[in-house]
Amino acid sequence: MKIVLDHLTKRFSNRTKGLDDIIAVNDFNFEIPDGKLIGLLGPSGCGKSTTLNLISGLEKATSGKIWFGDDDVTDLPPENRGVGLVFQSYALYPHLTARQNIMFPLQNLKGKDKLTKEQMNEKVLEAAHLVQIERYLDSKPNQMSGGQQQRVAIARALVKLPRVLLLDEPLSNLDARLRLATREEIRRIQQETKLTTVFVTHDQEEAMSISDMIVVMKDGIMQQIGRPQDVYDHPVNLFVAKFLGNPPINVFDGKIENGAIVIGNERILEIEGPEDQEVYVGIRPEGFIVDESGPFHVNKKQIEIMGRDTSIVATHPNMISESIRIIVTLDSRDELPSTVGFRLKPGKVEIFAKDTENNIEYSVRESV
Amino acid sequence: MKKIKPWLYLAPAILFLGFFMVYPLIDVFIYSFEEGYNSASQTFRGIGLYNYMYVLRDPYFIQALKNTFILVIITVPLSTGIALLIALGLNSIPKLKDLFQTIFFLPYVTNTLAVGLVFMILFKKTAYSEGLVNMLITGLGGSAIDFMDGPYWAKMFVLCFYTVWIVLPFKILILTSALASVDENLYKAAKIDGTSRFRIFTRITIPMISPMIFYLIITGFIGAFKAYSDAVALFGTDLNAAGMNTIVGYIYDMLYGNGGGYPSYASSAALILFAVVLTITCINLTISNSGKD
Amino acid sequence: MSTNNDYLSIEKKARRNYLIRNIITYTLLGIWALVVLFPFYWMLLTSVKSYGSYNAEYVPKFFTLSPTLQNYVDAFTQVPLARYFGNTLIFALITTAAMLVVIVLAAFAFARLDFKGRNPLFSLFLSLMMIPNELVIITNFVTITNLGLRNTFTGLILPSITSVFYIYLLKENFEQIPEELYKAAKVDGTSDFKYLMKVMIPICQPTIVTIAILKIIECWNSYVWPRLITDNEKYFLVSNGIQAIRENGFGRENIPAMMAAVVVISVPLIILFLIFHKKIMAGVSRGGTKG
Repeated sequence: MKIVLDHLTKRFSNRTKGLDDIIAVNDFNFEIPDGKLIGLLGPSGCGKSTTLNLISGLEKATSGKIWFGDDDVTDLPPENRGVGLVFQSYALYPHLTARQNIMFPLQNLKGKDKLTKEQMNEKVLEAAHLVQIERYLDSKPNQMSGGQQQRVAIARALVKLPRVLLLDEPLSNLDARLRLATREEIRRIQQETKLTTVFVTHDQEEAMSISDMIVVMKDGIMQQIGRPQDVYDHPVNLFVAKFLGNPPINVFDGKIENGAIVIGNERILEIEGPEDQEVYVGIRPEGFIVDESGPFHVNKKQIEIMGRDTSIVATHPNMISESIRIIVTLDSRDELPSTVGFRLKPGKVEIFAKDTENNIEYSVRESV
Repeated sequence: MKKIKPWLYLAPAILFLGFFMVYPLIDVFIYSFEEGYNSASQTFRGIGLYNYMYVLRDPYFIQALKNTFILVIITVPLSTGIALLIALGLNSIPKLKDLFQTIFFLPYVTNTLAVGLVFMILFKKTAYSEGLVNMLITGLGGSAIDFMDGPYWAKMFVLCFYTVWIVLPFKILILTSALASVDENLYKAAKIDGTSRFRIFTRITIPMISPMIFYLIITGFIGAFKAYSDAVALFGTDLNAAGMNTIVGYIYDMLYGNGGGYPSYASSAALILFAVVLTITCINLTISNSGKD
Repeated sequence: MSTNNDYLSIEKKARRNYLIRNIITYTLLGIWALVVLFPFYWMLLTSVKSYGSYNAEYVPKFFTLSPTLQNYVDAFTQVPLARYFGNTLIFALITTAAMLVVIVLAAFAFARLDFKGRNPLFSLFLSLMMIPNELVIITNFVTITNLGLRNTFTGLILPSITSVFYIYLLKENFEQIPEELYKAAKVDGTSDFKYLMKVMIPICQPTIVTIAILKIIECWNSYVWPRLITDNEKYFLVSNGIQAIRENGFGRENIPAMMAAVVVISVPLIILFLIFHKKIMAGVSRGGTKG
């Protein structure tokens, strides 16, 4: 079931008189292909949960349309849309066992959809099998771990065979290890069921690792949609560049001058294309290669060795952030001088216009 | 349909409250100004303050007012003080706290009228017997007193005693949980600094639980001003004859019973009571607020 | 150095002080426990003394060697105690059940449903909590009388079916149920009413039980309204029954029989209390008031 959001807008009137309305979702226009897992990504308050509520029908759009396949579901109440919804807090009914929780949606079916007891039990077992919680079916939520509860919640969302599965920060209440395991679990379940799935998260790593596509949002406005790696490699603006990646991209004040990117007075990369102007220069932490004769120098503050990688924490007079972080693989624990020289990998250097913060395309001029 | 639904859920509550609380509230004002209201013909002579004048000049009302005020002034501070002592005791003992707490709460769940009868018997002096309390008094070298039909102060003593007995459970419970919720670390810190027990009590315990004490004093005043069934339990329904009537008792007597059939007088008396309670509550709130600054 | 000795004596003194304080505390608490329990003991004791032996005691005795149950027989045969008892039971149960329905529906609307004017209406409800019963009882008395409902259960029950305080208490409790549960139920197509019945009520069951118990206690002890509205002893509740017994039952001086009646009407509540004392005390300390 493909989902199409067609100029979707959600406006909340402001409770404080005299202030403008809050536009939680501003003119969304994109298509989620059938059977894909899509990550809605953005800082808190960016409107991603509102988008999910609009798709589920818990909130009504101010304007625009939502299509499930060929059906216009914009004005349908949630129960008629055929969506399964999983919450950050699991939202299991505390007084019911896992089995009763999973069965709950089935008991709401009426008329010709009504199921017999046996049919219900069968469906519950099927769903429980899918998320592998058969053993806990007769436990109450408070007897289960967070990960198990989240699986029950997923089973409850899946049991009525929804057309669309919606996950609202499903991993945020889990501890780090469970989060990894459950993440893979969600991916597996999604691939087995081939359900079109929308996954909301503020954690870019989470979104990048399991999504077929990610949508990056900010202040109710969609910034970029695309395959995770594409978005990472070609961020459309400074916000997206900064939001994706851990450690985050290093940003400097710089300029384009005589066919080169210049930071301070160092010509760090010879390029072609853009005119001379002031820019922000973003360099991914992995975009540095230690080279004493390289064109770019930073002041080393400290070295952190973490397993394979070595992270150099450094400063630079033109940096925008508190400090810069550089990830390198050093063959030996070489003593680095206090001022370290680098060559840069061209694909890891982005430039952004000072005023719009939009990405400026350029091509690298091969030095002879 | 969607718009109506919430109102369907609320309808019973709104209906009952409207009919038995909001409407009567308006009505009581009207009654209190209708002069010479006749409940049989439902007619009245005119509008005015006559009912209030009548009530304020009625010696029974003056007696009831006096009784109620004495009761309030004695029982509210006394019961709050005793409750505080008992709650402090409960919180300091290592064992049996639950047992004592449960016993102390018992009067809360008993029928005021029924247990009042027991108190009456304990204090009563009859032709055959002096009664148990008098036995104790004479045993201690005093002379027997007729508590139930005797001097005014003796009757008032029994009424106050019974009132305290009845209201204590609630106050003990509230103060015990207030004391238990004071952060233990405050006491530990004070002890390490060598603070004396008395200083801990006046400088830590009392300020920490003072909101609850004020709450109890305010509700205590309101409750004591409405005293009635305890007096009935001890002295019977004809409280005027016993000289032990309370304001609420006066209201009900005006409404119904031997001297009844005067809803206008009852309304005026009720509004006077309401004004008194409101004034006292406001004074209390002012005091408690100025204490905070 | 004599510090060791000093410590020893300080320790000794502290332990002695602690012991003395405890003894005093226990003694005082014990005395008050006696004051609380003694009336109950006395009513039990008197209720098993025979009429003759009670009246022969010029000096009251603290025990009896020849207990009798005759007073209980008298209490049920000479006055319609069983009827008072039954009336009160009917009154308490119907009032409580009806009130639960009304307050659950109202609390649900306030806690979960969105509608115009919800907050002002709720404030209005809250302000009604300050209205003393004495103010409204006068008109209610006239209303019920005019409706011809005196000496009927309907007249007894109607005015006590709503309680703003319990609506407030339950609404607070309902609101603690996470919003997500409601959304989850909505997505699954659960109707509001089914959500209330299947999710909210079971989750808030402890509070509802507490409210029910407190209301039953209140009904069992109610005196003023029943006194106004009933003068036919067929509809007397226990409180009015006790008052009637005292004024013209048994002959004024049959105190043992009166005490038997008092025991009979006190026992159900005391049993209820002993079973649920934790719940009752927690419920009362959460904001119940007397009077």
